[in-house]
Amino acid sequence: MAGATKSFVERPRSLRVLREEIAGGKTRAADLAAAYYDRIEAVNPHLNVYLSLTKERALEQAARVDILAAKGDPLPPLAGIPVGIKDVLVVRGAAATAGSKILEGYCPPYDATVVTKLDAAGAVLLGKINCDEFAMGSSNENSAYGPVRNPVDTERVPGGSSGGAAAAVAANLAVATLGSDTGGSIRQPASFCGVVGVLPTYGRVSRYGLIAFASSLDRVGPFAANVRDAATMLTVIAGHDAKDATSSPMPVPDYAAESDQGVDRLRIGVPGEYFGEGLDPEVRAAVESGMAALERAGCTVKPVKLPHTKFAVPAYYLVATAEASANLARFDGVRYGYRSKSPENLSSMYRHSRDEGFGAEVKRRILLGTYALSAGYYDAYYLKAQKVRRLLAEEFLRAFAEVDAIVTPTAPTPAFKLGEKTGDPLAMYLADIYTVTASLAGICGVTVPCGKTSTGLPVGMQVLASHFHEGTAFRVARAVEAAG
Amino acid sequence: MTARVTVEDVGRVAELANLELTPDESAQMLKDLNAILDYVAELKDLDTSGVSALAQVSDLSGAEAGSVLRPDVLLPCLDRATVMHQAPETDGAFFKVPKVIER
Repeated sequence: MAGATKSFVERPRSLRVLREEIAGGKTRAADLAAAYYDRIEAVNPHLNVYLSLTKERALEQAARVDILAAKGDPLPPLAGIPVGIKDVLVVRGAAATAGSKILEGYCPPYDATVVTKLDAAGAVLLGKINCDEFAMGSSNENSAYGPVRNPVDTERVPGGSSGGAAAAVAANLAVATLGSDTGGSIRQPASFCGVVGVLPTYGRVSRYGLIAFASSLDRVGPFAANVRDAATMLTVIAGHDAKDATSSPMPVPDYAAESDQGVDRLRIGVPGEYFGEGLDPEVRAAVESGMAALERAGCTVKPVKLPHTKFAVPAYYLVATAEASANLARFDGVRYGYRSKSPENLSSMYRHSRDEGFGAEVKRRILLGTYALSAGYYDAYYLKAQKVRRLLAEEFLRAFAEVDAIVTPTAPTPAFKLGEKTGDPLAMYLADIYTVTASLAGICGVTVPCGKTSTGLPVGMQVLASHFHEGTAFRVARAVEAAG
Repeated sequence: MTARVTVEDVGRVAELANLELTPDESAQMLKDLNAILDYVAELKDLDTSGVSALAQVSDLSGAEAGSVLRPDVLLPCLDRATVMHQAPETDGAFFKVPKVIER
C-alpha cells in the first residue's frame, strides 16, 4: 500500500540531562512518566512496541523520586528515568509472555535481578516490550502478539529479537530499555532502528529472571539513544549475583566515565571476513566512514584475520537450538501458563499444550536442537559445533592480542521489509552472520549508528572488545558517534 | 555424510520433544530441517581433530571470566501460595494433571 509508510522517530533527551533536571526540581519524575505514557498511548498502536504497561508501579516510583528530589536528598543514578523492559525478563506481578501464547496468564511472583537493580537505581519501569517468541528471530515477526514496526519506516522490521526494545528508544517511548542478546538480538535491532545497543561480556550481567533460550549464550544488555547513556545503564545492571552461578565477580567500573577517555592511539582491527559477499554496498560505505572517523580521532586501523567466521552461523544454530530444546522442555502446561483444553491423559496434555502454545519458529528450533542432540547425531552436530566454537573463541583472543577493538558492520543489510524473509528460515538466520561470532566467543560489543543509506535507513557499526573490556568498546563507539 | 531427514525422523524427534505436529506442520518441518542441515553440513569440511569442545566460555583460558558458587546454605524461597496461584489446575498444595495411567 503506497503512502502507508510513516516515521515515528523522536530522539529521547539524554539521561544525564533529565536526571539533572529532576534533581534540580525543573522536571518532576511524575510528569515525565505521565508524558511518556501519553506518547505511548498515541504511538504504540502504530508500532506495537509495548505489550503491557506497569503504570501503578511506575507512578509510585516516580513519586518516591520526586519526594527525594524535593528534600534535596542525593538521587540514585537513574532517578526518574523512564525505561522499558523486553518481555523475556520478569517483573513481579506483570504479565510475562516472552512473545509466546504458552505463557498466557503467567504473572511472575518475582523481579529479575536486573529489574531489582533498575528499581534500586530509581528508574521508572514503564512496561513490558514486545519481542520474537522466546527471543527466537531476527525481525520481531515471530511474536505471538504481532510484529513490531520500525519507527524509521513502518513497512520495515525493527530487527529482532529485541525489536521492540530498539524501536522504543528510536521512537522515544522510553529513554532506555533492556533487551537480551543470544546471537545478535540486541545488536542487530539497534542497527536497524538507529540506536545504541550493548552486548555485555558473558557473565557481566545476571540472567536471574531472564526466560532462558540458550544458557551458554544468553545475555542481558541495554539500549539507549547515545553511547554514554548506554554505558550508564550497563554500570547499573552489571555485577555478580549469587542467583546466577555464571555471573562474574569482576568489579564493575564506571563505564560512562570510561567512555569519556577518548581513543587516541587505540588499535582497531578490521576483519576482511566481515566485508565479503552479501554485504550491502551502502552498509559497507557507512561502516567505512566510521572507520575513517576513528583514524581521524587518532586510532590505528589495521587488518586482522578471523578465518573461521564463515562457520559461525552453522555452529551457532546447532548450539543455540540444542540448548533451547532443553530449556523449553519446562513449558508443559503443569505449573504456569497455557494448558490445552482437550487432554486425554498426561502425555497428550504435554504434547497438545506445547503444540498449541508454541509458534512455528520455536517448534522448528526445538526439533532441530532435539535432532542435533539425539543418538547417532550428537557427535556430528552438537559436539562438532562446540569444537568449532572453541576455534572461533580462540581466534578472537589471538586477534585481541594485537588490537584493542575490532569493528565490523552489525548486519549485512539495513532493515528489510515485513514479510520479506518469513518464508525462508535460512535467509532469516543469515541476518545474524556478523553477530553470532561474538555470542559464541563470549566477548562484548557495542552497536553504534555510523550513517544512513540513501533512503534514510540507519546503519550500525559493531565495535567488539575482549572479555570484560566494555570500557574500550564504549570509547570507540563514542568516537564513531561524535563523528556522525 | 549429508543427512536426509525423513518424515519418520521428524515424527521421532517430535515425540522426543513432546510436540504433536499436524501433517501440514510435519511436511513443512521436513523441508526446513533438511534445508538447515544441508547448510550446517559445511562444518564437516573443517578439521577439528585435537580440538576440545567448548560448552561454556568460562572454560576458555584467557577469558578472565571466573564464576563463583554460592555457599550451600538454606535461603527463603518463594511463598507456596503465590506460586500455586499461577498453576492451570491446583488443589492449593499440589499441581493437578490429567490421569497418568489408564486402568
